[in-house]
Amino acid sequence: MDFGFLVVQSLSGLASASSLFVIASGLTLVFGVTRIVNFAHGSFYMLGAYMAVTVVPWLLDFDRSPLLFFCGVLISAAVVGVLGVVMEVLLLRRLYKVPELFQLLATFGVVLMVQDAVLWLWGPVEIPGPRAPGLRHGVEILGQRFPAYELFLICVGPAVLGLLWLLMHRTRFGILIRAATRDREMVGALGVNQAMLFTGTLFLGAFLAGLGGALQIPRVSANSQMDLSIITEAFVVTVIGGMGSVPGAFLAAVIIGQLNSFGVLIFPKITLVLVFLLMAVVLVVKPWGLLGRPEAAAGRAALPEGILATPRFGPWEKVILAVVLVATLAVPVFGDAYTVKVATEVLIFALAAFSLNFLVGNGGIVSFGHAAYFGLGAYAAGLLVTKGGLPMEPALIAAPIAGAAFAALFGFFVVRLSGIYLAMLTLAFAQIAYAVCFQWVEVTGGDNGVVGVWPSAWARSRDVFHYLVAACCILGIAALRHVIYAPFGATLRAARDSEQRADAIGIDVRMHRWLAFTLAGGAAGLAGGLYAFSKGSIDPTLLSIPMSIDFLAMLLLGGMQTVMGAVAGAAAFHTIKDFFMPLTDHWRFFLGASIIALVLIFPRGLSGAYGALRRRA
Amino acid sequence: MAETVLEVSGVTAGYGPAEVLFGVDLTLERGEVAALMGRNGAGKSTTMKAIMGLLPPRAGQVRFAGQDITGWAPYRIARAGLGYVPEDRRIFTDLTVAENLEVGRRAAQGGRAAWTVERLYEIFPNLAEMRGRRAAAMSGGEQQMLTIARTLMGNPEAVLLDEPSEGLAPVIVELMAEAVLRMKAEGLSVLLSEQSLDFAAAVADRAYVIEKGGIRFAGTMAALEADDHIRTTYLTV
Repeated sequence: MDFGFLVVQSLSGLASASSLFVIASGLTLVFGVTRIVNFAHGSFYMLGAYMAVTVVPWLLDFDRSPLLFFCGVLISAAVVGVLGVVMEVLLLRRLYKVPELFQLLATFGVVLMVQDAVLWLWGPVEIPGPRAPGLRHGVEILGQRFPAYELFLICVGPAVLGLLWLLMHRTRFGILIRAATRDREMVGALGVNQAMLFTGTLFLGAFLAGLGGALQIPRVSANSQMDLSIITEAFVVTVIGGMGSVPGAFLAAVIIGQLNSFGVLIFPKITLVLVFLLMAVVLVVKPWGLLGRPEAAAGRAALPEGILATPRFGPWEKVILAVVLVATLAVPVFGDAYTVKVATEVLIFALAAFSLNFLVGNGGIVSFGHAAYFGLGAYAAGLLVTKGGLPMEPALIAAPIAGAAFAALFGFFVVRLSGIYLAMLTLAFAQIAYAVCFQWVEVTGGDNGVVGVWPSAWARSRDVFHYLVAACCILGIAALRHVIYAPFGATLRAARDSEQRADAIGIDVRMHRWLAFTLAGGAAGLAGGLYAFSKGSIDPTLLSIPMSIDFLAMLLLGGMQTVMGAVAGAAAFHTIKDFFMPLTDHWRFFLGASIIALVLIFPRGLSGAYGALRRRA
Repeated sequence: MAETVLEVSGVTAGYGPAEVLFGVDLTLERGEVAALMGRNGAGKSTTMKAIMGLLPPRAGQVRFAGQDITGWAPYRIARAGLGYVPEDRRIFTDLTVAENLEVGRRAAQGGRAAWTVERLYEIFPNLAEMRGRRAAAMSGGEQQMLTIARTLMGNPEAVLLDEPSEGLAPVIVELMAEAVLRMKAEGLSVLLSEQSLDFAAAVADRAYVIEKGGIRFAGTMAALEADDHIRTTYLTV
């Protein structure tokens, strides 16, 4: 490797760092002021790219000048900025006081809606963008050719950083933003209308995301998967840099850019793992990121959301429970093959959702990547059967072990954090697990996954398999429920409601949370293993973000205040999804809209409605 | 007959299930300094927050300058001319002294002589010397001056001053007393909460004593100083 090659490699790292910083700076600014982690930031980025591939070629038809190219880019960014304002006024304003889990879910609802809107407006085919006039050539650097556009991108990052610095230090708007980042209530008590400040911040944040997307069009075609891939990277950058810190985002983007461009030389396939290692090290050494502050994540006004009362089953509930159990067991007797399939899946999802609520509702550990443990359980079982040649029984034992093992590994880092940092770290771990399953084609089959994951001969009939699943899931749920009522569960609730007080009375909060995380990972792994056998195949969607969101939507629908809400939510969610998904091309749009509606109108879910009925009676 | 600027009647407020105020009544006349006295936890700061809308009252009414401001958002209350200096100062530590003052800046209403950065630097010369310094690097007394100056930048008609002397060195406490008297001389009405009878006696015209979320005494400062029973029951520790 000669010197010129290293320089060019480093420059290319700087170019991607620059792009990443433009996007992440918007995310971190919006978080700093509104305290909302905006999932839809990736959607703004994608919309910026789609706007640019629409507007820029149209402008270039008039004159192929660099000026018009950059006008088009800025127009696209401004349009996205206006969309950010629309989102703030219509949605975020109603979210500032709700718990952060609901904020994340609601903004993810926007992600789903935008995905379908983009497919509807621009179609499923990738749209390549025009190259920038005047910057199409290559530049000779130490004997290596380097694209001029990349050199330009390298300058964009520092330029944006400089302009943001001027905005933040030399304008009243910027000073108010910085003040609000520290203490927004006090800014209000000094007579500043926060609504205007927040709207302005959302414009700025969405503008930066749109700018980042629009600037990418000469390098990558606009496509409908851009949103989730960039949001994960942007999350990693903001977490490493410190939430709310713009210079921190710049620093982190540069480090990650270099790590990626040199990491790819040394370990071509595991650059993501390097980034993950970096994030893990940073978060262990500096839990609030390189330039972040602990206050940014703490001190929220909203009360913790979760299981608030744990009444034992009353006589009526016992009757309902018995009816449900009998109905579950009677499905193979009376139902057709399709009903049995749905019922089996409902049972599996009920276990997965219950294990998630064990973390979220009972432990206050808001995991945004629970699908990782579900999926890893599925992969463990599936690979043991197809590649390892083992029968179903040992594979089903391995599934919860795999789920628990990975949950223990990831959980070691996760439990060091709380609130929004914790949620983002779980999401990042899930994305890494997803990326490994997606990229490690030789073992995991990549995107296609692995087929031929069949149960042993005795359990091959749908009906017998249903009983097997029922036995595993009902026992699993009963065991977790028992833990919720045991002192261990009460301890977790104590730590959820006040970590400091729990700490002060001698509870090892981290150890309890780590054990809970491991236990929930094991239960999710078992559910995943069962799911692999029910489908007969495994593929990366099992551990994707949308899967994690499905689990959270089940909690939301069922209501996370109650112990059994997750089970009701899983049943309702999966039945509705299974019924409606084949009927519409816009399932994601409806799912997104429903999640938002649930958060805004019906935040206590089905069991909340039941509880209200019971109190009235 | 003096004109009433602020009128609090029957205000109850609390945090979550915990009730803190049980029907607080008090008034503030134009141009006077009134002291709200009481021990730790008596409800002084909560009263201030309830007036300011930071903790919206559950019942009762707050009237300010002839308007019913109950339930208004804090920024509207501030814009109506009521300034608030919080007990825990809550300066913006990342910002410089000058930037902290900028956050508070609002144009004066009704043609009164406006507070400007220059006038405030005159009153608090220490602030002028460190205008470019990050507020995090200031002493407690300097932060207290900054938080008062920041509120005055909004050109309020009346100010809620929550425990201005708390935790400060005697020499700084004297400066605070001067600042309060200066505000009064400028025609501002001040409601301050205080534990120290000495400080209140030095600046206040009237006093209220609050205990367990209710007003137990209302009268002139001189009457409070003369009333041994009230003092020993509600104030001395």
